[in-house]
Amino acid sequence: MNNAQDKIPAPQQRDDEQILQSAAQEEYKYGFVTDVDTHVIPKGLNEDVVRLISRLKGEPEWLLDFRLKAYRYWLTLEMPTWGHVNLPPIDFQAISYYAAPKKKEDAPKEIDPEVKKTFDKLGIPLEEQMRLSGMAVDAVMDSVSVRTTYREKLAELGVIFCSISEAVKDYPDLVRKYLGSVVPYRDNFFAALNSAVFSDGSFVYIPKGVRCPMELSTYFRINAAETGQFERTLIVADDDAYVSYLEGCTAPMRDENQLHAAIVEIVVEDRAEVKYSTVQNWYPGDKDGRGGIYNLVTKRGLCRGYRSKLSWTQVETGSAITWKYPSCVLRGDYSTGEFYSVALTRNCQEADTGTKMIHVGHHTSSTIVSKGISAGRSQNSYRGMVKIAPNAAHSRNYTQCDSLLLTPTSGAHTFPVIEVHNDTSVVEHEATTSKINEDQIFYCNQRGISTEDAVGLIVNGYAKEVMSKLPMEFAVEAQKLLSVSLEGSVG
Amino acid sequence: MSALQQYIDLYNEHRQLVNGHAPQALNDLRPAALEALQGATLPAKGSEDYEATDLDAIFAPDYGVNMNRIQFQADQLASFSCDVPNLSTCLYFFHNDIFVPGRTARMNPDNPVVVESMVEAQQRHPELLKKYLGTLADLSKPEVALNTLLAQDGLFVYIPKGVTAEKTIQVVNIFNASQPLMAVRRVLVVADEDAHVRILTCDHTQNPDGQYLSSQVIEIVALKGATVDYYDMEESTSGTARVSSLFVDQQEGSNVLVDGITLLNGTTRNDFYVQVNGENAETHLLGMAIEGGTQHVDNHTYIGHNAPRCKSNEMFKYVVNDNAVGAFAGKILVKPDCPRVEAYQGNRNICAAPTAKMYTKPQLEIYTDDVKCSHGAAVGQLDDEALFYMRTRGISEDQARHLLMQAFVADVIEGVRLEALKDRLYHLTEKRFSGTLSLCGVCGSTDCSKHDKIK
Repeated sequence: MNNAQDKIPAPQQRDDEQILQSAAQEEYKYGFVTDVDTHVIPKGLNEDVVRLISRLKGEPEWLLDFRLKAYRYWLTLEMPTWGHVNLPPIDFQAISYYAAPKKKEDAPKEIDPEVKKTFDKLGIPLEEQMRLSGMAVDAVMDSVSVRTTYREKLAELGVIFCSISEAVKDYPDLVRKYLGSVVPYRDNFFAALNSAVFSDGSFVYIPKGVRCPMELSTYFRINAAETGQFERTLIVADDDAYVSYLEGCTAPMRDENQLHAAIVEIVVEDRAEVKYSTVQNWYPGDKDGRGGIYNLVTKRGLCRGYRSKLSWTQVETGSAITWKYPSCVLRGDYSTGEFYSVALTRNCQEADTGTKMIHVGHHTSSTIVSKGISAGRSQNSYRGMVKIAPNAAHSRNYTQCDSLLLTPTSGAHTFPVIEVHNDTSVVEHEATTSKINEDQIFYCNQRGISTEDAVGLIVNGYAKEVMSKLPMEFAVEAQKLLSVSLEGSVG
Repeated sequence: MSALQQYIDLYNEHRQLVNGHAPQALNDLRPAALEALQGATLPAKGSEDYEATDLDAIFAPDYGVNMNRIQFQADQLASFSCDVPNLSTCLYFFHNDIFVPGRTARMNPDNPVVVESMVEAQQRHPELLKKYLGTLADLSKPEVALNTLLAQDGLFVYIPKGVTAEKTIQVVNIFNASQPLMAVRRVLVVADEDAHVRILTCDHTQNPDGQYLSSQVIEIVALKGATVDYYDMEESTSGTARVSSLFVDQQEGSNVLVDGITLLNGTTRNDFYVQVNGENAETHLLGMAIEGGTQHVDNHTYIGHNAPRCKSNEMFKYVVNDNAVGAFAGKILVKPDCPRVEAYQGNRNICAAPTAKMYTKPQLEIYTDDVKCSHGAAVGQLDDEALFYMRTRGISEDQARHLLMQAFVADVIEGVRLEALKDRLYHLTEKRFSGTLSLCGVCGSTDCSKHDKIK
């Protein structure tokens, strides 16, 4: 990566415009393209394409039926427009729905060295011995999973960690039981689309009483042009199980927008716990808002069991448009849902993100901490819902969402909805919006810390509550990402 | 036929009649209203911004509209109980939607303050009426367009430049008719530069068995340096529905307080739209609802900060009991290039019964960085420890609850800028909590058993 600081003039010479510019010119370091032979099916979407995807993946009949049902339902829908984002109409016929790096005919089991290099470059080595011990990775490029590490080791404990296509073949009963059980294909426009054309993603099953010994992680990479990525992740934690799952993603720099419409479904049984962390760093587009990924994702977890717990942590720094609400349905009595989010938008990025906490069981509790940071001309919105059903007696929710505005042209918005249908629950919501406290910057300046660094410090302190929820390796990465993204964005 | 269409048809059939009784300034607004209603439908429950209230169902019954301007009788004596002790007011009435000046209405003839019906205003101050009427009301809202289409008269208040209206202007809206009736009420308040005015309105229903709907559009213009206090209190019956839209335009340095209080009602939807268009303006938006039985109160607020260095303060409190439904939605918007705005919004609610429902949606939309904005919303219960403390001091549980609830709504009442009215509100809320708040004491029915006691 170029040293961004070279471009930034000394503090005393800076004026706002220059600073904005240098922030905008901040390069996206994952923007390269891998030159790999890719099998891309023709653009367009119709029933034949859905059948073709299913055939290419060698899927059973029931899954094809599921896809077709979803596709037919999708046809009846219109793209939603309620988000606080300027999402232009997407031409769904101009996208190719399946792209896979070709495998060598002579050695189909081996990974293309180019693909391997790509993941090395991204810091995701696919060789197990090189990997930090304590983390298993499923690497997904475009529409297929290229490698899942530590599979065998995990299998000894009964933990299933593989791509969803393999799971369909190897564990059809499990997949059939849970697929679509949390996010049905009728859920929304993009869920229906994903259900019709989904390609790879991860499948995780943690059997009863097993505490997964390592972090599981999936790394998503979009490489091919004019394609979309439609991955599907399904995590099931059986009684008393525990798993921490991480998700990371990047994409090349391109002038046209690319669509990423994923579904994540999580089922948490009695006393089980799932921790789901995301560091989202899709290509955000250039300083004028050209290009970038549309990140339109449906993520939902069902806390089905008694005292089950689901925790979402997300650091959102990429994507031209982010539109997602990782949610918890707290059906089990005494179940707990958590949502910790830092969303940073710069340049022309737009983010409309938040969560839904649906309290169904009694004595359920949820915590929401959302920190938005807006710079450049970006728009950052928190949208959330807390619903307490009549039977969710003695439920508790606490929501805090703060917004930090770094430039006069940026925007921060809060749209929470609270519904309470009983008299024993307590719901609290607090939100504040302000710019960085000048006194704090002055204090740092006095002590010889440049304004730039001071902002970095303050923002990191501001986001700390969320960062501390991330697993260690990710926290370091996310912190770096945040400071890199912030460089030069001081207004 | 849709709920809306029946009224549009009614207007089309009786256009002459409606226009014949109405001032020209109102008639001039009708073509635009009619056009806005073409193909429009009233929002049903669940649509955006109408999550809890079904406007279509509210307008669906076949209400009569008093097109022939029949003079209804109403018991004005009843208004004695709306009398605020220690507060001398200029009293006006609306019997359904017919304007009637009260005994004390005659202000000093030298007093330049104008309080009259729009029909009168058309004769005496046509230029003012023409200049301000309909300038704020947003016809894209079907309920506002419908009001504009059918309104035949209304209240016009004008405070000339630099004048302070000494007495509080009190307007009592009374429903009393043997048939289901829709009253189409319209209010226009213009406070010229550096003018000061306080207005108190209250809604009553004298016939507890009647089915009524009041459609209200209130426009308040506060010019440079003006102060307007507008207190709006509803004490009606379970058969009364109310759809009210209040629009405020604030110019530089103006100070506006709007207070919406619902003590007894059937189904109520209040919209408050405040546009702050001048620098250094101050807005106070307060509200309170005490609900039991099947009462339904939905307050929707919007404060748009379109100018720098403005302040707004918003607080709504609800106590929801029995099968009642409470809803609140508030939006604060700060436009780009409006630095140094301070905006605070609070919504606190108590759900006091297992079947009570509360919906709340506080929102912030901020497009500039140099602001201080916050909102908070909470739904909860009375503090058990506080209750226990009082019980240990020999206070009965009922009484302890009333005391705590009284304390809960106190900060909305404390926001009232009229000492006498503050005392009166404490008294009324106390009566409301203890279930002894009858319909304005002597007026109409005292059959308050319909409104279950707030426990």
